[in-house]
Amino acid sequence: MTAAATATGQSAPARRFHTIVTTVENKPGVLARVASLFARRGFNIESLAVAPTADERFSRITFTVDVASAPLEQVVKQLDKLINVVEISELSAAESVERELMLVTVAVDAAGGRRHGLLELIDDFRAYVLDENQSQMMLSLAARPARLDEFEERLRTFGIVQLQRTGRVALPSLGS
Amino acid sequence: MDMNGGQALVKALECEGTEVVFGLPGGAILPVYDPIIESPVRHILVRHEQGAGHMAEGYAHATGRPGVVMITSGPGATNVVTALCDAYMDSVPLVCITGQVPYAAIGTDAFQECDTTGITMAVTKHNFLVTEAQDIPRIVHEAFHIATTGRPGPVLVDIPKDIVDPRNPRSAMTWYEPTDDIMELPGYKPATAGDPGLVRAAAELICAAERPVIYAGGGILKARAAAELQTLAELIDVPVVTTLMARGCFPDSHELCLGMPGMHGNYTAVTAMQSSDLLIALGARFDDRVTGRLDGFAPDAKVIHVDIDAAELGKVRTPDVAVRGDCKLVIAELIEALRACGGAAAQPDRRVWRSQISGWQERYPLVYEQSEPGELLKPQYVLEVLRDSTPDDTIVTSGVGQHQMWASQYWRFDHPYTWINSGGLGTMGFSVPAAIGAKVGMPDRMVWAVDGDGCFQMTAQELVTASMERIPIKVALFNNAYLGMVRKWQEMFYEERYSEVYLSYEIPDYVKWAEAMGCVALRVESPEEVAPAIAKANEIDDRPVVLEFRSSAGENVYPMVPAGQSNSDIVVDPSQR
Repeated sequence: MTAAATATGQSAPARRFHTIVTTVENKPGVLARVASLFARRGFNIESLAVAPTADERFSRITFTVDVASAPLEQVVKQLDKLINVVEISELSAAESVERELMLVTVAVDAAGGRRHGLLELIDDFRAYVLDENQSQMMLSLAARPARLDEFEERLRTFGIVQLQRTGRVALPSLGS
Repeated sequence: MDMNGGQALVKALECEGTEVVFGLPGGAILPVYDPIIESPVRHILVRHEQGAGHMAEGYAHATGRPGVVMITSGPGATNVVTALCDAYMDSVPLVCITGQVPYAAIGTDAFQECDTTGITMAVTKHNFLVTEAQDIPRIVHEAFHIATTGRPGPVLVDIPKDIVDPRNPRSAMTWYEPTDDIMELPGYKPATAGDPGLVRAAAELICAAERPVIYAGGGILKARAAAELQTLAELIDVPVVTTLMARGCFPDSHELCLGMPGMHGNYTAVTAMQSSDLLIALGARFDDRVTGRLDGFAPDAKVIHVDIDAAELGKVRTPDVAVRGDCKLVIAELIEALRACGGAAAQPDRRVWRSQISGWQERYPLVYEQSEPGELLKPQYVLEVLRDSTPDDTIVTSGVGQHQMWASQYWRFDHPYTWINSGGLGTMGFSVPAAIGAKVGMPDRMVWAVDGDGCFQMTAQELVTASMERIPIKVALFNNAYLGMVRKWQEMFYEERYSEVYLSYEIPDYVKWAEAMGCVALRVESPEEVAPAIAKANEIDDRPVVLEFRSSAGENVYPMVPAGQSNSDIVVDPSQR
């Protein structure tokens, strides 16, 4: 879904989902402030990931926002008004590296007939097997969100028992 | 110097220049009320915490200094939420100190505990939960800094009881001077001057405009930019509309002043904006009450938008030139840029535009019909008499509804900071407590609260505060026995089906009620009684006065742009149709 580009602008086709990276003060309640802002302004969050940075005074919140719900500019400006938000940048897909982690448990038939196909898929995607028993296998994959979408789609034929994604994180590309 | 958190809090308020605190004590804030006894800070004991909030707003509006509120946890805090939201919507600088249950008890559903910072997150510019006594001077300084800089607003500081209670070791702290360099606000960078390139672009648009209008908003007053605005308007000879939040920022008696635009604005102000080819929006936010239906608003106008809050630029109407900055500084820059490109001489000939505007002014002045003998009073008449019998610099506060619109329409505001009302939130009951706060801040000025009967019943108890504290405000109470504005909408849009809007002329007996609260009170029922009653009220300076004006219920506010319609569909008084 995140890979789908939807035309929202009048001239050039615009992306519907934008990744915004904010550096925030690492204080209690900051995530609540951001979430409350999104709720009361009617902004839709597609995914969200939050964790401390290398500097323990700050955390980074990476989120994907649906600009069909509000213009990106408003989202950024309203976020900027939060006192605890120190820095905001929008990362374009072309100029950033994005990764997301997926944990997924897949059904495997006991006879083992389809096990081989699954192992091939794991190999193709460079996923890891974290745990397994007679009937299920738990896998992990860290990759571009679009790659996770694809992996998820391919796994459906085996039967997904449980699936959890972290939401994307991103950093700007290093350039040349 | 070693002290406890309660002493530090009071000292920190003193260091910020606080001269008055509006508040009401209770369990969690008790330890802070003890050192207040020795403090030079004046404390005004309110009768309800909402009153404290609106008083602090009135004080801030009138003086430009932040209003300070101190109340207890739980219900004390929830009672002030309306006032905080009001201050947030109208960008009023407030610092609200709330008591909280002891830090270790937070989250246990303790007595009078509520999640104050959680509840007020959406209605404050920022809030703090202080966890250590040692942080008190710094956080109080940060709170005042945030409340008063950039786009002003309310800031709440929630203080757990243990860090201010001298009997608790957690309250021990060592005092330090709260200065700017101890602040820890890495994410807060309020805007100052505007970008010179954008200011030049704005000047060029002005020099090319044939039908420009200056759309002056409350930001002019917040930036204390009234003098700069007048210089600008006179330099380019461009008419000015002043929004409900900006009344008084440009003198009503100035020949360039068109008065209030919007849903109940005057015909000329509304129509000049509609017909304009350039709106110069200064500290205004294109509120729906000003624009009417957005796609029909000022359809031919380019827009210059100056605001200190970047999020206002483009939020409602996409500007052609957007300048983020403090209005005072940006207008000064704009004046310089206009002078650099020729000043007054470089402005196009706008005589046609001016004569079009004066034509509208002549044809569609504000009008009402005087009452016939035996009929109830016309509020417009009373307001005209009140306006003409009070000093020019009288401060007028207002509640919300028809009386508010008439007051804004019929008063002549020739000085900034003389009109105080609840614009964004539209809070009924604002008037009386706001007047008290304004009078405390400006004791030498006459302060009149213009109020409706519905509003009065919401916060009248604060007249007890005014009597006890000897704050001699005057109240012009328009009793039309109805929630008048709502009644009008039911008349116009609900086929005169009046649902739950009748209040009664007789109950309560406003004169007895006001007298019971320590006021002088008079009932006025006929036009010839109006001036003498006001004259008597003006002479009383040792206690509050309430004049109850029995007014006609059927009176409607005109002009009017019906909700959801374009400003071009403005409905004028029946006599002008």
